This record gives sequence, C-alpha cells and structure tokens, in this order.
Amino acid sequence: MSKQVLLIEDEPNIIEAISFILSRDGWTVKTHSNGADALDILRDRQPDVVILDVMLPGKSGYDILRELREDPENAAMPVLMLTARGQSKDREIAERAGCNAFMTKPFSNADMLETVRRLAGT
Amino acid sequence: MPRDTLTGSRIRERRVMAGIKQSELAKRADISPSYLNLIEHNRRRIGGKLLIDIANALGVEPTSLTEGAETALLATLREAASNTQMGEGEFARVEEFAGRFPGWAALLAESQRRIETLQSSVEALTDRLTHDPHLAASLHEMLSTVTAIRSAASILVEPEDIEPEWQRRFNRNIYEDSARLADTSRSLAQYLEASDTEATETNAPQDEVDAVFNKAGFHIPALERDAADVEDLTAVLGEGLSHSARWLLHRTLRRYRDDAARMPLADCADAVAETGSDPVALAAWFGSDVASAMRRLASLPDDLLAEPVGLAICDGSCVTTFRKPLPDFPLPRLGAGCALWPLYRSLARPMMVHSQVMEQSARTSARYRAYAIAQPTGPVRAGQDVLFESHMLVVPEPSRDITEPIHEVGLTCRICPNPSCEGRREPSIMGTTDERRF
Repeated sequence: MSKQVLLIEDEPNIIEAISFILSRDGWTVKTHSNGADALDILRDRQPDVVILDVMLPGKSGYDILRELREDPENAAMPVLMLTARGQSKDREIAERAGCNAFMTKPFSNADMLETVRRLAGT
Repeated sequence: MPRDTLTGSRIRERRVMAGIKQSELAKRADISPSYLNLIEHNRRRIGGKLLIDIANALGVEPTSLTEGAETALLATLREAASNTQMGEGEFARVEEFAGRFPGWAALLAESQRRIETLQSSVEALTDRLTHDPHLAASLHEMLSTVTAIRSAASILVEPEDIEPEWQRRFNRNIYEDSARLADTSRSLAQYLEASDTEATETNAPQDEVDAVFNKAGFHIPALERDAADVEDLTAVLGEGLSHSARWLLHRTLRRYRDDAARMPLADCADAVAETGSDPVALAAWFGSDVASAMRRLASLPDDLLAEPVGLAICDGSCVTTFRKPLPDFPLPRLGAGCALWPLYRSLARPMMVHSQVMEQSARTSARYRAYAIAQPTGPVRAGQDVLFESHMLVVPEPSRDITEPIHEVGLTCRICPNPSCEGRREPSIMGTTDERRF
C-alpha cells in the first residue's frame, strides 16, 4: 500500500501540480482546502506526511500545527510547512510551532519531492 | 547645571559687527588683548563686572551677550550625542563645541534632523509593509500564482512523457495563472503609483503642514482679507503635499481664516498695542475665547508684537497638532515635550487659564510666561463626553523682578538635567551615572 500525503492548501492550481508530482512518484495524495476543520481531517486520515500551507481560510497553518503538536497521539506527525513569507522570523515561527520542514513559495518540484520523501523516511 | 559657554563667541561677533579691534575693546574694558582673546574663544568664563564693562564698551545690554538663540541648536546636538556612547566629560563640552565650531555644529545639527526625518520615513515604510493589508494580500496572491506557474511549467519541461490530458490541463493552468498574475501585477502597480503621489506620506502629515507655516512665517496675508478663499489657498500652499497633509492644512487654514474674521488685523494692532501679548486681554477685547486669541497672537506679523510668541496645540492624547516654536524654546517634533508644561496640565483642569513663568532647567537665563487653556473641540451635547484640546502660548518674559513662583521645566526628558522630576519618563543623558542607575 502506498504512503499517503495530506495536502492542506487552498490554491487549486498548486494543489493540482503537487498532487501530480507526488502521485507520479507513487504517493496517495489527499487534499483539503479549509483551515477550520483541518485538524479533524488530520486526525481522521493519519497521513504519513502533511503538507500544510500557512495562509488558509478559517484557521492559519501555524494554529493548526500548534494544536496538532498539543495532541499526544499526533504530536510526531511529520509536517512540511509552505509559506509565501520567507524571512528568518517566519521560519522561526514555523519551527517554534513544531514543523519538521519549511519551504518558501515558489519552490521547485524536485525540492518538494525530496523533502516529502525525507519526512516519510523513504 | 551646564553653564553657557558661548558668551565669548557673542562678544566676538558683536565686536566684529561694531568694527572694533580686539586690542581696542581690551583697552576699553581694561584687560589685556590676550585675555580678551581667550574670552572670545570661550576659553575663559566671563561674568560680573567684566561682562558689564565689555557690554558697555560694545554699547549693548549685558543679557544680549549671555543669552543667545542657540538653545535649539544645543538641544539637537544633545539629541545627536544621546544616540552614541559618548562619555559624560565629552558630552558636557557640547556648548564649547558649538561656540568654537559654529559651522560644524550647524552641519551636525542639520544631519541629526535629517536622520530623524529618515528614521521616521523608514518606520513609516516598515509599518506599511507590515500592516498594509492590500500590499500583503497582493504579494501573497502573486507568490501563490508564481508557485503554481513554476510547478506546472516544471512538469511540462520534464523529459518524462506526460499524458495529453495532463499536458492540456497544465497548459491551461499556466495560461490562467499568467493572466491572473498580469492582473495582480497591474493592480499592484496602480496601487503603488497612486501611493507615489503620497510620497511625502512617509513623513507625518503634521510635519508637512508645519513646514508650510514655517515657510510662511506663521502669518498668511491672504487669510486676513474678507471672504478669503481657503480652497484656493489650500491648493496653492498644499501643492506637492500628501492628501492627508492637504486635509490637515485645509482645516488649519480654515481655522486661521475664522480667527482673522473675528479678530481683524487692523483691530488687533490697536489691541496688542494696549494689551501686549496677553491672550486673556485680547480675548476680552474681542469677546472671543482664549484659545482663539492665542492662535491669533501666533498668527500676527512679527512687527506688530513687541516680542515673538510661540504656540503649541495638542489634542486629548497629548499629540502636538500645531507648533510654532521660539528660537530659545523649541517644541519637539518627534516625541512629546515636558510633562510639566501647562499645555498638558491644563487638560486636567479644562476651561481654566493657566498662567505661569517658566525657566528651562538647562538654561536658567531665559524666562517665559506660558498661558494655557484646554477647551472643547466641538459643541457641547447633552449626555455626551466632551473632547478637549489644549493651547499653550509662550511669551518671552524679560522682567527679572518677578514675585510669583518660577516653574522649572524642560524640553524633553532625555535632555533635561533635573534628576528629581516626578514627570520623568526616561533617564536624562545629562544626568550622572548614579542618576541613570536603576
């Protein structure tokens, strides 16, 4: 059974591109576009890797990640954060919230794929 | 308390202006030319009988040699020094520096003012980048679109075969995203171009209006005529200013016009000839309120008054909304003034005229009479709190025979040497190390 990535992102064409890249690499890609109920989806799906955008409708990626880390059952879930803000302080906020990797938009497809593989330990 | 060390420079200036040789003045004052030379270069303190003798020899009042217009310059130099690690010994020589190198001191002060303006601009731009929701949203939108285009384009240029259906889909995505990117870029460019017309907005609008009134000398003849057109005048005087500054200028000019209509210039000449620079007397003369009389005194031409007057107006949050400084009584442009000024105290007791004689802590030789009153900003309405704004008129006080209390005030905490002031909000750079210790 292939490993699963949950992509939480609200930009349709980014979703389509990332889904294509990961699917072609053998991943099962599930997507979700709303921050408000993203935690429920995460707990329910238990993905191998999460790709989480920061700016989401309903709730920010930072808040979702903080709440995820407070939940003992999901505290170790690998999370790659995507953000349009690439300053060191943004990286610091993401790391303090508990992300395992951090990528700034626009990113390269190869970097994205390599990071997801690394987080899944493959 | 620092002593004035510029007296020598003033003596030299007066002597040269009078065309008197140094040896001649020394002879008249009964001292050696070499000693006078030391005095003129601020290397020797002077006071008492010798000061009076030299003043008599020059045909001037002794106070004109001990009181100068350098307070603003010295305050700016102290501000400049406060941003460095300068030692106390060096700092205490600021007056000597200004006296011996007036050109360099003026240049340094001008640079300090320029730095303050640039700092203000940087803060405004940083604040805008951080808090401008339109700019932040536009940049986020552009980066997201670029990300989608880059990912799709990367997929298409890869050597691996891609099914025609996916090719068509990514081509369509790139087309749609590029169109979206073009729209967002155009919108952002228009927004930034519109902001360019507000170029001076990086300075506070109040600064822009201050500059207009400073340039006009605070007296605007066009507003002294009947039916003066404030709209036209705002367009002329406000040319090149930001929208916010023009709005502020229009409001200030309208107020000037209304004051001038209630207290016409010709009548003011008669009134001040009899009552001087007393705003309470002027208000009684015209039957106006005291704040209007203060503004009117500050807008009269210099030759109408016996001495120039300064004016500060602040709103209920103590932000200065109008400032006409005096050479020896500068009003801080950035940050608040001294909490002991009646300008702020009057807000605690509105509608009462505060009148007091003040001396600056850093300069005991200069005295001023301050009149202050806090009045409502608009009409009183039943069941509603009243907002107040405060006016303070500052008039030089030449009299030395004053029986009423003299209040020691400062300009701003940072350059005020009074260590025990209850209004202090930050340590003074003029205090001793012990005084700065916490």
